[in-house]
Amino acid sequence: MEHIVIIGNGISGVTAARHIRKNSDKKITIVSSENKYFFSRTALMYIYMGHMKFEHTQPYENWFWKKNNIELKKGYVNSVNFDKNLLEFSNGEILSFDKLILATGSKPNKFGWPGQDLNGVMGMYHKQDLEKLEKFAPNNKVCKRAVIVGGGLIGIELAEMLRSRKIPVTFLVRENSFWDGVLPVQESEMINKHIKEHHIDLRLNTNLKEIKSDEFGQVKSVIIEETGEEILCDVVGLTAGVTPNINFLKDSIIELGRGIKVNRFLETNIPNIYAIGDCAEQHNAIGQRRNIEAVWYTGRMMGETIAQTICNNRTEYKPGHWFNSAKFLDIEYQTYGWVFSERNKKENETYFQWQHPKENICITLSYDNISRKFLGINTFGIRMRHEFFDKILTEKQSVEYVLKHLADANFDPEFYKLHETKIVEKFNKENGINIQLKKKSWKRIFSS
Amino acid sequence: MKLIKKSGLIIFLIGLMFFVGSIFTGSFNLKQSELDTFLKEQNYKSKVIKGTLEKAVVTSEEINIFQFSSRVIEAYETSNNYYDGLIAKYDSEKKWDKKGEQYQYKIFGKPHSLSFMLAKKAGKGFAPDNTILMWFLTFGLGIIGALLFIVPDVVLLGKPGIKNDGIFLNAATNRGWIGWFAFIFLVTFYILLYFYPDIIVNWVFLVDPISTSISGNPASQWFLYGFLYCVVMSVMAVRMYIKYRHNKYQILRTTSVLFFQIVFAFLIPEILVRFEKPWYDFKNAFPLDYDFFFKWNLDELIASGSFGLFILVWGILLTVVVVPIMVYFFGKRWYCSWVCGCGGLAETLGDPYRQLSSKTLLSWRLERIIIHTVLIFVLVMTGFALYTFFYGADQVLGIKTQTIQDIYGFLIGSIFAGVIGTGFYPIFGNRVWCRFGCPLAAYLGFIQRFKSRFRITTNGGQCISCGNCSTYCEQGIDVRAYAQKGENIVRSSCVGCGICSAVCPRGVLKLENGPEEGRINPTEILLGNDVDLMELVNDK
Repeated sequence: MEHIVIIGNGISGVTAARHIRKNSDKKITIVSSENKYFFSRTALMYIYMGHMKFEHTQPYENWFWKKNNIELKKGYVNSVNFDKNLLEFSNGEILSFDKLILATGSKPNKFGWPGQDLNGVMGMYHKQDLEKLEKFAPNNKVCKRAVIVGGGLIGIELAEMLRSRKIPVTFLVRENSFWDGVLPVQESEMINKHIKEHHIDLRLNTNLKEIKSDEFGQVKSVIIEETGEEILCDVVGLTAGVTPNINFLKDSIIELGRGIKVNRFLETNIPNIYAIGDCAEQHNAIGQRRNIEAVWYTGRMMGETIAQTICNNRTEYKPGHWFNSAKFLDIEYQTYGWVFSERNKKENETYFQWQHPKENICITLSYDNISRKFLGINTFGIRMRHEFFDKILTEKQSVEYVLKHLADANFDPEFYKLHETKIVEKFNKENGINIQLKKKSWKRIFSS
Repeated sequence: MKLIKKSGLIIFLIGLMFFVGSIFTGSFNLKQSELDTFLKEQNYKSKVIKGTLEKAVVTSEEINIFQFSSRVIEAYETSNNYYDGLIAKYDSEKKWDKKGEQYQYKIFGKPHSLSFMLAKKAGKGFAPDNTILMWFLTFGLGIIGALLFIVPDVVLLGKPGIKNDGIFLNAATNRGWIGWFAFIFLVTFYILLYFYPDIIVNWVFLVDPISTSISGNPASQWFLYGFLYCVVMSVMAVRMYIKYRHNKYQILRTTSVLFFQIVFAFLIPEILVRFEKPWYDFKNAFPLDYDFFFKWNLDELIASGSFGLFILVWGILLTVVVVPIMVYFFGKRWYCSWVCGCGGLAETLGDPYRQLSSKTLLSWRLERIIIHTVLIFVLVMTGFALYTFFYGADQVLGIKTQTIQDIYGFLIGSIFAGVIGTGFYPIFGNRVWCRFGCPLAAYLGFIQRFKSRFRITTNGGQCISCGNCSTYCEQGIDVRAYAQKGENIVRSSCVGCGICSAVCPRGVLKLENGPEEGRINPTEILLGNDVDLMELVNDK
């Protein structure tokens, strides 16, 4: 029986294993050094915040793996012997495979800051990071202040976590405005404001120079690059992005870039070796996607795809329309299609924006100013229907069509106040036209 | 603000202390004339009971409720034992006529209920004599304290949004010592209420004035329960309004259950009694209202003329027509989390405990076995009851209808719905009864699963498997298991509380009523991946 070994039991590896099992009776082993059982990394924050216990982050009960004949092996892979098809573990064990799927995910970026390996400095990515945080920042007596370096999605989550235990937080963000490489100014500024409302000391245009130690090798303070200011703190969170977790492959024959180089079939340069998820790097970007996509659902989709290939249905990785979501403290964010920030958008891309006068609600629609084709939408504080936008993007509908059918798109809970009329009103005014909002139609929503 | 919250807690605990402490106060005895009046009302045939009761309770001694209860019960036992002795004697002497005569002298009824009736007349002391003051010290302080504890959250919880910080770090909500304490308190309360009402007679005194003003009668322990139920729901509804103030669905739903509890379950039935109509809760549908078809109820309804007949017809229509049609259009949520009293308590008092319901496959299996067994039980029992009603036979297939009814009333009506159903909130989550026991929920569940427009729509491929939805599902549905597959949630047990949708950080879940077609949509590959792959795998 063919033995499929998967390194990494995150969403990519586990999805691959599940789908291989659905389609075959191959022997499957998932190797992980982080935790024996699959858990949702995205939910680690909720454990610290007390919303959940660790067991709640496990999407499958512990009996699931045995029942589905998926073997779980806890161990740290030191290196892969590609000649003999062997994994070599740090404790000297070896494991042979016929096909290997590398799904090793990411690790937090460290940019060589002085003091970056001190006690009390951590990322927020692995289960072990959570354990460290619980140790160094159990409450605001032990941790009198934390400094977070790097203004991305994990940074703001870490800030939210620490604030849930009333720990003062200073948040160093390199950019002019939070996440402004991705978000349009209107939205980025709204988040800046919201971060401050949560009593987080947000420092924009601010870089870390170094982390200082006390006499015990424990974080004492950080120094700001621009001003030389010293901020006393007990914990430093490094959340300046992630990078593929591929150190153990560095001296092997597998082709590496920033990640493990794969073709559209998720195959590496070595036969029977595949890479999926955060650690995989496409030779050429797919559409407007990045070559390395460290996103939950892309990992899942690669897992879905690779399983087909493993089960003798060689399948190309062809992700559909881009979408994503996140939550910035209390503000939910969804995006469908492409909306680039002012910094990164091209000339033909035009925004239509609307913002609620008082609440943290706003949208940005991006469209082509020549063909008027709808390109994408960002929504803050409004939930939208994925199916609606997926269909619209496939059909290459116009921005006017989208606005006309906004009621079909809304996914807010029942009885919520809807803003579509106001949105369309503003669009009409700005464009000197008279679009009429259509009533929500189940028929349109479900016709595919 | 924190100070207000803390003092609220202290005031609440003082109120609780007075409440519990009041049980032990007062003295219970009767004057000869009072006992005579009581005996006259009761019209006992026993010739012994007068003497035994006189000996027990006509005294100038100060006896507390516990002594009083045991004395009264002993008095009744002595009387019954006396006639049992005679029965045995005549039996052995084969004097059948004489033996038969003795049965009329026996006094039936639950010992503690008999004791309750007498205690209600015999009570003296602080609670019955200073009702208003005592009401303030117990209910009053409890309400004020609880509100002072809850209301500062408007500020303390910060901006509107999901407020689940620290739930699993708090001994009250993570099965810690406070949770276990609450569990013991609630279970004890229900055991006393159902089986030892005489012990809590002092509490009943406190609501006598309210009962008299509504129905014209002094309060029973059931009036006390109804009143307490409304008070607890109202106070905890304030908590809901604050916690979910950003969520209109939750606000409206809370208002709705509160309205139906206070108006339909509490006020209207009592007012009906004032007008000498049968006590009836118009929203309480069979088979949750399990004694609707019992002979005594049908007899009472028929005896109450056209109004009784109206209730009879409405009760049947409610179960046979209104409920299924509403479930078809809106799902069972319209009943379970918008109207029902049990649901109302679960959604207010029980909300802090929703995360404690078990999500394992094993508990889902148990749930299906137990709830459907109860449904079969109630249907068989109702069959028996109707047979007895129409044909007058008090037994069917050699089994006494009364016995079955008693067993159901004890096991399901009291132990399951009350002691376990609510008492276990702090341990097994807030929907224990609704999830494992309620036969009406089982019936609505069938309709919801097989013929309804209701579903929780999963938003394409947005789920990140975080598990907030499953954790906070009070019905123990593993919502994530569906959401992470891009599949809509169509489950018979879903009561549509809407919390999964509220706690989702990615906007994945939406409760909606839509066309039946495509409602159940099992998928393997989620939206967002290659369309050809989706077709290949999903349409297989």
